[in-house]
Amino acid sequence: PTAGGRPPAMNIVVCVKQVPDTYEEKKLSDADKTLDREGVEGVMNELDEYAVEEALRLKEAHGGEVTILTVGPEKAVETIRKALSMGADAAVHVVDPALHGSDALATSYALAQALGTIQHDLVILGVESTDARMSVVPAMLAERTGAAQLSFARKVEVNGSTVKIERQTDTGYDVVEAQTPAIVSVVEKINEPRYPSFKGIMAAKKKPLTTLSVADAGIDTSKVGLGGSGTSVAEFAARPPKQAGTIVKDEGDGGVKLAEFLASQKII
Amino acid sequence: MAEVLVLVEHFEGAPKKVTLELLTLARSLGEPSAVYVGAGYDNAKAVLAEYGAQKVYIAADGELDNYIIAPKAEVLAQIVGSASPAAVLIPSSPEGKEIAARLAVKLDSGIITDAVGVSDGFVCDQSIFGGGYTVKSQVSKGTPVITVRPNSTPPEPSPATPVEEQVAVSLSDAAKKAKVLERVSEKKGGRPELTEAEIVVSGGRGLGSGEHFALIEKFADSLGAAVGASRAATDAGWYPHQNQVGQTGKTVSPQLYIAVGISGAIQHRAGMQTSKTIVAINKDPEAPIFELVDFGVVGDLFDVVPQVTEQIEARKG
Ligand SMILES: Cc1cc2nc3c(=O)[nH]c(=O)nc-3n(C[C@H](O)[C@H](O)[C@H](O)COP(=O)(O)OP(=O)(O)OC[C@H]3O[C@@H](n4cnc5c(N)ncnc54)[C@H](O)[C@@H]3O)c2cc1C
Ligand SMILES: Nc1ncnc2c1ncn2[C@@H]1O[C@H](COP(=O)(O)O)[C@@H](O)[C@H]1O
Repeated sequence: PTAGGRPPAMNIVVCVKQVPDTYEEKKLSDADKTLDREGVEGVMNELDEYAVEEALRLKEAHGGEVTILTVGPEKAVETIRKALSMGADAAVHVVDPALHGSDALATSYALAQALGTIQHDLVILGVESTDARMSVVPAMLAERTGAAQLSFARKVEVNGSTVKIERQTDTGYDVVEAQTPAIVSVVEKINEPRYPSFKGIMAAKKKPLTTLSVADAGIDTSKVGLGGSGTSVAEFAARPPKQAGTIVKDEGDGGVKLAEFLASQKII
Repeated sequence: MAEVLVLVEHFEGAPKKVTLELLTLARSLGEPSAVYVGAGYDNAKAVLAEYGAQKVYIAADGELDNYIIAPKAEVLAQIVGSASPAAVLIPSSPEGKEIAARLAVKLDSGIITDAVGVSDGFVCDQSIFGGGYTVKSQVSKGTPVITVRPNSTPPEPSPATPVEEQVAVSLSDAAKKAKVLERVSEKKGGRPELTEAEIVVSGGRGLGSGEHFALIEKFADSLGAAVGASRAATDAGWYPHQNQVGQTGKTVSPQLYIAVGISGAIQHRAGMQTSKTIVAINKDPEAPIFELVDFGVVGDLFDVVPQVTEQIEARKG
C-alpha cells in the first residue's frame, strides 16, 4: 500500500471507438451528410488497440480493473467484444438514437457523462481516430472532467498516484508528470498490441457489458446528436479522379529524366 | 471589421511559417490580432507586424511554459471573453488541435480542424478521407474555433503597426495539472519541418535499411526538402516516428512530394494525397503509388536516386 493506506491498484477506463475498415472506401451519406457507418465493415480504431494494450500492461503490473467505454451504434458491440477478448474486464456501451450525428464536442460530452458512472483513476485513449482524424477528444475529455491531460504518450510509467509520460513532440519528446485522475492518449510507438487468444474470446462472452441509454448516463439530449453539435456540413463533393501522369522505365537514364521533369516544373 | 484571433506558433520566439499564413488568411476575414504566449516575444515582434497584425496580445508569464496545452487554452478563452472576436484561428499541429479542443469546450463552441481554406462567413474547406472528398463546413454554435493546416495560404507581408496589449494571466489549478519536467530534442539538424516544407522526399521499405536513408537525405538536401518516411520504415526503426507520413503520422501538402521505395498503401496516401505534384520511384510498375503520380520512374532506387541527386547538384552549378 502507498502512503495513506491507499491500495496501489489502478482502475482504468479505455475509450474505444469503432471506425470503418480503412481498407474499404469511406462514403458520406447523401441524406444527412454523416459518415455512412451501416454500409461498411466496422473495426476497432487501430490506435485504440494500443490504448487497450497499455491498460492491460498497467493492470498486469499494478492490479486493478480495465473497463472499456464506447459511445456508438448497436454494431459497435463487435469492437467492444474484441477489447474484452484481449483481456479487459468489463465494458460500458452508450447507445441511443439521440446520439446519431454527434460531433467531437458532443461525443466528448457523452463520454464525460458516462465516465462519471465508472470508478476510475486513469482514462486511456488513442490519440486519433482514423475516420474523424481530429485528435481532439482526449483534450476535450480532460477539459470536461478537470483531470490532468497527459496526451501523445509514447511511454507511460505509474508510481502510486503519480503518472509520468513521454509526450511525443515535433522535435523529440517532453517528460510530463501528473497525479491521478489523468487522461492519457497514446501513439502507436508505445507497444505492440496482443491478439485475442481463443481462451480470451471464449471468456469475453461472459464478461459484464452494461448498456446505457442517454437517460441512464445522465446525458442532456439537447447537447448531443446532429442538433446538439457545434458544426454543420454545408456541402461535399467527391474529388475528381486524378489525370494519369507520365511514367518512364529506367534504362540507365531514369535520374536524368526525373531531373528534366523537375526542371520543366521550374522546381530546379 | 471584427477581430480575428491568430494563435502564434513559435519556436523560442521565432514564429513558424504557418503563423504568417494564418495572419495572411485572417486579413481576408477581418482584422488580425496575434496572440503570443510564452517567453521570447522580442524575437517575434517585427515579423508579426510585417505580416499585418493590427493588435498583439502578449501573455509572457514564464510559468506558462511549465505546463502543456491547458494554459494556452485558458489565455485564449480569457481574450475571447474580453474581445469577442469573430473567430479564432490556430495552426493545425498536434498541439494546436489540442489547444483548440480545450478552447472549444470552454467556449461551448463548434470546432473545425484541418481546414485547408477559410472564406467569408468562416466557411471552411476540408479535405477528408485522405483527399477522397472535399467538404465545406461551418461552425453553428458559439465563436468559431478553426485549426488551419500549414501550406494552405501563401504568406504575404502587409506591414502594420500593431497595438500591443499585455495579458495578465492567473492560471487555474486545472491548467497546472500536467507539469513538464524536461524537454528533449531528437531532431536531425537543419532540414525544414515536414508539415511546413515546400518539398518532401520520403523513403519506404524499399530502402532496405536505416543506413540507406542517407541516400534520401542527400536527395532531399539537394532540393532543400524535408525527409519523410512510410510506416514500414519508422516501424523498422530506420527513421524517427516524427517523420512518418500517413494516416497515423503527419499529413503533408507540399508543392512537390517524392515517394521513394514506397508502395502507396491507402494509409500512406491519406497523408500525402493532396500534394500539388507527386513523383514516385519504385521498381514495381504495378505499385499503387503510380496511380497518383504526375511523374513516375520504374526502376531501382539505388540507381535512380544517386543519379537524380547528381543531376540536381550539377544544375545548381
Ligand atoms: C491503421 C493503419 C494505419 C497506418 N498508418 C500508416 C501511416 O501513417 N503511414 C504509412 O506509410 N503507412 C501506414 N500504415 C501501413 C501501410 O498499410 C503500409 O503497410 C505501409 O505504408 C507500407 O510501407 P512501404 O510502402 O514503405 O512498404 P511496402 O508496401 O513494402 O512497399 C515497398 C515498396 O518499395 C519498392 N521497392 C523495393 N525495393 C526497391 C528498390 N530497390 N528500388 C525501388 N523500389 C523498391 C517495392 O516495389 C514496394 O512497392 C498503416 C496501416 C494501418 C493498418
Ligand atoms: N465515440 C467514441 N467512443 C469511445 N471513444 C471515442 C469515441 N470517439 C473518440 N474516442 C476516443 O478518442 C480518441 C481520439 O479520437 P478523435 O478525437 O475523434 O480523433 C480515439 O482514439 C478514442 O480513444
